[in-house]
Formats: sequence, structure tokens, C-alpha cells
Amino acid sequence: MRYLPLTEADRAEMLATIGAERVDDFFGDVPEAARLPGPIDGLPNHQGELAVERHLSNLGVRNRTANEGRFFVGCGAYKHHVPATVDHIIQRSEFLTTYTPYQPEIAQGTLHSLFEFQTQVAELTAMDVANASMYDGSTSCAEAALMACRVTRRRKVVLSGGLHPHYAAATRLLCEAQGIEVVSLPPAIDGELDLAAAVDGDTACVIGQSPNVFGTVTDLSPVADAAHAQKALLVSVFTEAVSLAMVPPPGEMGADIAAGEGQSIGNSLNFGGPYVGLFAASQKLMRQMPGRLCGETVDADGKRGFVLTLSTREQHIRRDKATSNICTNSGLCALAFTAHMTLLGGVGLKRLAELNHDAACALADALETVPGVEILTPRFFNEFAFKTPVNAEAVLAMLEERGVLGGVRASRLLPAGTMDDVIIAAATECTTPDDISAYADALKEIV
Amino acid sequence: MTTKYTKDHEWITVEGEVGTVGITAYAAEQLGDVVFVETPEPGATFSLGDDMAVVESVKAASDVYAPVSGEIVEANGALTEAPETVNADPEGAGWFCQIKLSDVSELDDLMDADAYAKHCAGEA
Amino acid sequence: MTMNNQGRPTSPTLVDNRPEGETISGSRGLLQAEPLIFETDRWNQTGVDLPEPKRTRSRLGDLRRKAEVSLPGLSEPETVRHYVRLSQRNYAIDLGFFPLGSCTMKHNPRLNERMARLPGFADIHPLQPQSTVQGALQLIDELAGWLKTLTGMPAVAMSPKAGAHGELCGMLAIRRALEVRGELATRKRVLVPASAHGTNPATAIQCGFTVDEIEAAPDGRVDMDDLRQKLAVTDDIAGIMLTNPNTCGLFERDIREIADLIHAAGGYFYCDGANFNAIVGRVRPGDLGVDAMHINLHKTFSTPHGGGGPGSGPTVLSDALAPYAPVPFVERDEDGQYQLIEDDRRESRDSFGRMVAFHGQMGMFVRALTYMLSHGADGLKRVAEDSVLNANYVQARLKAVMTPAFDGYCMHEALFSDAFVADGIETIDIAKALIDEGYHPMTMYFPLVVHGAMLVEPTETESKAELDRFCEAMAGIARRAAEGDMSLKTAPVHAPLRRLDETRAARKPILKWERPEPESEQLAAAE
Repeated sequence: MRYLPLTEADRAEMLATIGAERVDDFFGDVPEAARLPGPIDGLPNHQGELAVERHLSNLGVRNRTANEGRFFVGCGAYKHHVPATVDHIIQRSEFLTTYTPYQPEIAQGTLHSLFEFQTQVAELTAMDVANASMYDGSTSCAEAALMACRVTRRRKVVLSGGLHPHYAAATRLLCEAQGIEVVSLPPAIDGELDLAAAVDGDTACVIGQSPNVFGTVTDLSPVADAAHAQKALLVSVFTEAVSLAMVPPPGEMGADIAAGEGQSIGNSLNFGGPYVGLFAASQKLMRQMPGRLCGETVDADGKRGFVLTLSTREQHIRRDKATSNICTNSGLCALAFTAHMTLLGGVGLKRLAELNHDAACALADALETVPGVEILTPRFFNEFAFKTPVNAEAVLAMLEERGVLGGVRASRLLPAGTMDDVIIAAATECTTPDDISAYADALKEIV
Repeated sequence: MTTKYTKDHEWITVEGEVGTVGITAYAAEQLGDVVFVETPEPGATFSLGDDMAVVESVKAASDVYAPVSGEIVEANGALTEAPETVNADPEGAGWFCQIKLSDVSELDDLMDADAYAKHCAGEA
Repeated sequence: MTMNNQGRPTSPTLVDNRPEGETISGSRGLLQAEPLIFETDRWNQTGVDLPEPKRTRSRLGDLRRKAEVSLPGLSEPETVRHYVRLSQRNYAIDLGFFPLGSCTMKHNPRLNERMARLPGFADIHPLQPQSTVQGALQLIDELAGWLKTLTGMPAVAMSPKAGAHGELCGMLAIRRALEVRGELATRKRVLVPASAHGTNPATAIQCGFTVDEIEAAPDGRVDMDDLRQKLAVTDDIAGIMLTNPNTCGLFERDIREIADLIHAAGGYFYCDGANFNAIVGRVRPGDLGVDAMHINLHKTFSTPHGGGGPGSGPTVLSDALAPYAPVPFVERDEDGQYQLIEDDRRESRDSFGRMVAFHGQMGMFVRALTYMLSHGADGLKRVAEDSVLNANYVQARLKAVMTPAFDGYCMHEALFSDAFVADGIETIDIAKALIDEGYHPMTMYFPLVVHGAMLVEPTETESKAELDRFCEAMAGIARRAAEGDMSLKTAPVHAPLRRLDETRAARKPILKWERPEPESEQLAAAE
């Protein structure tokens, strides 16, 4: 077996050194009834690289990739171009095959890049401090809600009707497990500001999203003001990190916590994971943040270096009083994010954002010419909802037959019977004018 | 004025009905360099044994339990900016808070200096 | 106050004089000096060629970001050098032996990486029509099949994102089961051994339970007397969270009885599967009475740790908990089509809900299945056996110079206490000395039940020759530690940096780069 270096001679010699007769001796504590006599039934034996590669490739080719063109699917994960350099960097052995940087003397590579990552995320979100990543946007959002409850010592969380339904579900699950009340406003394409009226003296936080799941961009400042007037917090969520180069970022809207998805920068679609959760907060909430934090210090020679810090918040030290149970985060995806961002810079990111917005505007212009189609999202970045004259599920199926993956039907994410005739479509820098006209043409044929 | 100790390495010096609370030199030594202290808000009330404050060193975070029941009358705000005071002068300037005792008889269950010294010797 | 003396902070004394060997450039041979990207002159630049946007019209309303994103953009060659230079400051399993106990740093096959990057897996969207991702759904189903077969459990939830997230999944399933039984309000107590990973108590609390700690017996296992005492009252018991093999590297020999006791008490048995790599292919948790167990694909099935993630924590469930599994999950219908069940609102389902957006860590699924297919049932059995053999070999070779924490054979990791160490020397000094010898330190100060713990996990992918070299180096350091050689306090001296001042980092946290004040302002401030 190619991954196992021990030879039979090694094994015999090692057993002799140990003073054991056979490997079975080490398993003596296993209850008799639970010992398996041989390899587990029902599974194949080992195979060479070629055979394994063939099997996996056969599964892979049965999926239609986003690169095959005419691709408009978004809603929390976005098809962007990732420079080849990014993948080269994250495949460096020293990044790929190392552990959490608990021994800083021999982990400065990871720590230095995390410090840069935290700085980039803080700048992008316009917040004071950012952590070293969470699993993804949805778990970031849930952790933000829990953090708000810790900070305010209140037990009620209000979710907007434009919050990604998966984010809302993950947040509801964690909160309700702790007996925290969760109020969800009804699904609404342009209802983020309704949060302002929903906050009261018991509210720990209100959670709004911009751009929201329907693509609607909202200035949440009035919500922040309403929340702060009640000593509650605003959690500002985003699923499209690229948008923050153009739309008001959480910090400019008065958010206390920013939680979002960083997949769009540096990371592939990966059928939903792994992604990278971004989490940032105002300075005064720093010690209540979940997850790892990297900080600057000096070594014994006085040289600058970086360490994981404030770790007493974390489970491996605080145990049952930790701010979260998170341990492993999204280290390598954070590296992909920071490497891509290092290439882009602020200038490149802005340009990338503008290209996305251009593409989405062009798409909206084209779809609007289709009879019966109505764009529902009043202000958008690279994604919007539109109304179809017939059932959205049927429309998407017919589009698929014509080679167009036309977006996500709202009813896939929302309670049954809600917005059955609504499609959410995204366009990015990868979308060509040809893709857009093909979409509009196909839609005309269908409706 | 009497000073009493808990088995959890806290001291309380009582004058009248108000006690000043901190952690002992032994505890500060065991914790190592203190990096953060969270003191209770004045006005907060605690029952004997409640989590009252938090003291953090780099690798450990410890809860400080209320050595007696009562209401916080003052907290040592200086520790926020200078947590190292807890290491430098744990049983003096490194005090955590002052608590107005609601039941003075609870002091009877705490140790005096000699008993506490023996307690520490037993732990080491 | 509680006393918690795990770990020792490093607050090194600053060395006044310039260390020997300092160079003009700051580089040292292969180790190139490298600033933060913010300290370069690449502000207002970009290293990506993008077409000029048309900006013909805007549909943003009047909503615009006010302050431009102010971040440097490095050219491609500068970017590559930046990260390659940084990478050379990292230790890695590809570089050398990484005996970090409990973390399972084993070889990460590159075939796994190649497969995960196939466009058919990397370039598909989680919300594409299911008809366009049948291969991906089949892969998830196949992996689920392997996990169920290897664990002897009837169901598996695939969406948890990492080990701790899997714990959350298992405990939420238990919570839902108690809710369905109408006993959620009364059954709140979860038993957790003192030796548990910190994630266990943290998870139990996150699920609204209370934690009751079970003592460790002198042999490093659960103290059965203490357990029985804790079960004297049973009507408030929700369950137990137990790692097996446990964090001391020992198999809980009373595990069946523990399972029976918990079940008799009306509770559920959560097994922390972080150490499944020690028994995979030889023992099925399903035969031990387990109700839920997460599997760290990044440990047992060798998906790379990536400097702290991503992980993946599929969670197997018993018949008792299977109905409460989270959405989504994959089912195969009569026509052989794979269906992704995403809706938890159907009346027939008792699912506890959705833990996360989308369907789990697909990239990790591909790697793990690749690894499983490569090893096969026979190879995985060998994985467990060789990992246990390697750990026992290390223990046998070092027991004369170090103090094994417990008598007898270990499983996949060897645990030592600091009893052999002279006064004034601590576990951290031994760990840092290992760095100078070219090794990553073992896990230190964990588990908490052993004083100054040193936990060595060699894994099955180390050769005997490598273990021999390590044991020689380790034995040498151990002798110095026993003799009280205070020069250990200054280790490491051969690493890119000396010991770092963690106290300073924590007292005045600097968590991001700040633009230095312009000199004129500094002067003004000084005046």
C-alpha cells in the first residue's frame, strides 16, 4: 500500500522492541464482541492511482460545470474567475499540509498571512477587527447572533425577510437550542428596513443583509440607529464579498458585527464547500468574538512576529464557557481569499465589482425585453429577482434544456407556495454578452 | 479589619460591612502573566459561589467566585488598562472589587491566613 | 476562582544586543526577509488584468460605498514571492515528522488534491438543478456508504463543516430526540470526562445542556464508580460525550457497560470520533453502543489540515437518532436518480433542521473518498494497525527516559507526563527544543488530566527509520530535561523566530495593520 512505509520486517522488529507478539495485543481492551475477524465486509480492497482516478473522473464528468457557459446561478455562492496563482499558493506544501499555528516559531507563514487576511477583511467590511475565519457565511451569521446575545445579555434575535433562508435556518437552529427567541420577518424583496420597526427593548440584535438574497442593496443605517436606540446591535450580513467594493459596507452603515461569505474571492464553487466565513466586529466587542484571532508581537530577539491571541475565549481553554465551540476553521480558504485579494488590491477589487455590476445591468436590460418578465429587485449589485409569467420551476427546466442554467427559483429556498414565479439570477465578470443574449432568447421562446 | 481566604484562592478583607476581594499571591503566581481582568458592575448582586469576575492569563481563563453574598459597591477599573497589577500586587493594588456583605456569618466558613497557607501547601 | 494551569505562556526576556549572524538585508540564506503587503509601495495598484468596465448605467440606486477599499495590489511575481517566502517559515507534514497528538498529522496524498480539482467537482454550484449534478450526489452517497459501513451505523449526516460542527450535529439530534420524547425540559445533564477535548463541553453548552464532569480513574479511563454515582439520579440525564479511543490514547475498555448504563438512564451516547483513525477497519462504533459520532475527514481520512482548516465532520447516527438528522441529505430513488432532500418542513420528517448553507464540504468529500478507495477495506485496517504499532514503538523506545502517563499498551498515541523533568524545566521547553531538532512539537498540556502532558501521535505514515531518528532526538532532550539543563529555556534558536511574547500580544492586542501616522503629525504630537 503506497501510503504505508512500514515493511513486514519493520513490523516484526518493532513488535520485538515493544515486547508484543502481534498487533492484536494492542487491541486487547476492545470488547470481544466488537472485534472484527478481518477486513470489513461490503467494501472493496485497495486500488492503484489509475483505478481510483478513473472512478472519480467518471463521477466528475456527470456534472455540468459552471464553465460550460450560460450560467446564472447565485444565491450565496458565485462563479468568479480565480487567478491560477491562487491555487499555486494554496497548494504549497507548507500551507496545505500544516496545522493550526499553535507553535508560532515555526508557523509564521500561516500567521503572517492571517494577519494580512484580518486586515483585508476589516478594511473590506469597514469594521475595526476581523477574526481568522469561520466555516462559512451561514455559520458566521449564527455565531454573530449568539455573540450579540452574550454582549447585550438579551435573548431575542430578529431576522430580516431578505436574509438568505439557509442563513436564517442555521441561525434559528443555534439560537433556539439555547432558548433564544428568534423572530423572522416575512420574506420580502425590499424589506430590510422593516427591521427598524421590529426592534424593541428585549432585542439583542437585528440581522439584515445587503445585498440580500434577492439581490437588493439597502443602506441599513436607519436600522442601526433604531437598534442602537434600544441598546441592541446590528448584524450586517453579506453573501457576495465582491459587492462590498461598491455598496455600503457594514461598517459604514453602523453595524456592530459583520458576518458574511468570502467564497467569491479566491475560492471555487465546490458544490457548496469548503467556503470561508468572514467575521468582523467593532473594537469594543473584540473579546466576545468567536474563533481564532492572530495578533502582532515580538520574539525574544525583539523581532516582529505573530501569534494566535486572546485564545482564552476559545473552547480549548475556556471549555464550557467558551464564546463558541469552533476549533478548525477555514484556514486554507482564508489563504485563498487573502492571496486573491493581494493580487486584486483595492483598485482591482473595485474594477471587478464594476464588471459584475455591468454584467448584471446588461442581463436585467436583456431580460426586461422579454414579454411578461418583470425585474423585482429595485437596487442590485450582481444579482436580482424577476417575475416570470409562468411557474419558475418549469421555466428553469426549459431553460436547462436550452443549455442555460438560469438561476435559482425563490421557492427552492422559501416555504412552499411562496414566490413560485420568481427566479433569482446572477451575473459576474465570467458572464459574456453572448451568454446574456442566449438567456434572453431562450426565455422569449419559453414564455 | 480581618482578612479571610477561600479554597479557590481568593482573599477578602472586611471593614465594617464592606469587603475588598482579590486573588491571592499564590493564585497570581500559578496563573502567570495576567493579561485581562473583567470586574463586576457596581450594583450587581451575587450569591456565595456565583461567577463574579474573570481573570485571564495567556493560556488560562479563570472565573472568580463570590467569596460571600452581597452587592458590588466598587470595581477596580484600573485593572482594565493595567492587568499586570494583579501580578505585581495581588493582595493590594490588584484588588478586584468591593462587595457589601448581605450575610456576615458567611465569613465564618472561610480560612484564616494560617489555614490558607496549609491549604496551598497541600495543593502544591 | 478556578485554577487552570494548562499551557505556559511565553514571555521571553528581550535580548538587548543584536543577535549574531544578523545581515544587512534581513534575509538569512534561504530564509528571505518579507514585509507585510501593506508595507510595500503597491497602493493603488493591481496585479490582475481586468477589462475596463463600461459603467454605462447603475442600478444601485444612490447607494455607494463612501471610502474606497484601501488595500495594496501586488503584481503576480511579487505575490508569488510573498507567499513562497512566507511558506518557508512554516513547518508542514510534507517537510517532516509532525507528532501532534490528537491532531493526526498524516501524509496527505496528492491524488486527493487532483481529484478535488476536477472541474466536475470544483466548478459546480450547490443550487444548480439536481439533474446537472448527479455525479456529485452519487459521490456523496458513496462516501456516506463507506462511512456507514466502516462505523456500523445506519445513517450519516454529511453537512457538518468540521469536528466541532459534527459534535453540534450529534448533540442537536439528541436534543431533538428528547424533545420528541417530551423530556427536553427535564433532561439537561450531559456527562463529559475530565480528559475530553474542549469542544465537548463547549458544544454541550451551545445546545442548551449542562455539563457534569466525570473523573478520570488512575488508569486514564472513565472512573466507573464516579460514573455510577453521577447516574444515581437518572431522570435529568441527556447523555454522555466520550472520546474513544480517549484523549489519553487509551481504549475505554468499559465502553459497552458505559453505553448500557447511559441507555438504561434514558440518555444517549455521543462518541467524539476524533481518534477513529486508531480503530478504523478493526472496530465499528456501532458495535459499541454509540448513538452519534462525528468523523473528522481531515484526520482519519487524510484531507489536509491547511493551517487550520477546512475540515469536515460527517456524523453517523444510530437508529434511535437517525430520524432527526439535519437536512440536506441525499436519497436514491427507484429510477436510480439521486435526490437532494432539502426541505425539513415535510410532515413526515422529524429533522432537527439545517445547520449550514448548502450541503457540506464537497471538496473534502472528494478527497476522503479518494483516500478510502485508495486504501480499501484491507488498507484502512492496516492504517489503524500501523498507527497503533508506531505509537507503541515510540512509547517503548522512550519509556526509559520519559514517564509514560499510564501503564500498558497505548492505542494510536503515546502520552507522557512531566514527572521525569527536573525542577525549573517545563513541558513547553521540551516542545521548543524539538523545534531545534527539526521536528514539530508534540501536543503539550493536553489532556488536562495528566500533569505537563506530552501527547505524541506518530500516525501510520511514518517509517521506522523516521521514528528511530525522532526517538533519539527526543531521548536526548528528555535527558537534558531530567538533568535540569537550563539551556532548554532558550529554545528554539534555529527557528525563523525565537519564542514569541504572547503576554504582550494579549495585553494590548494588535489584530490588524494600521497605517503609521505621517511624520509631521508625529512631530506635532510630540511637541
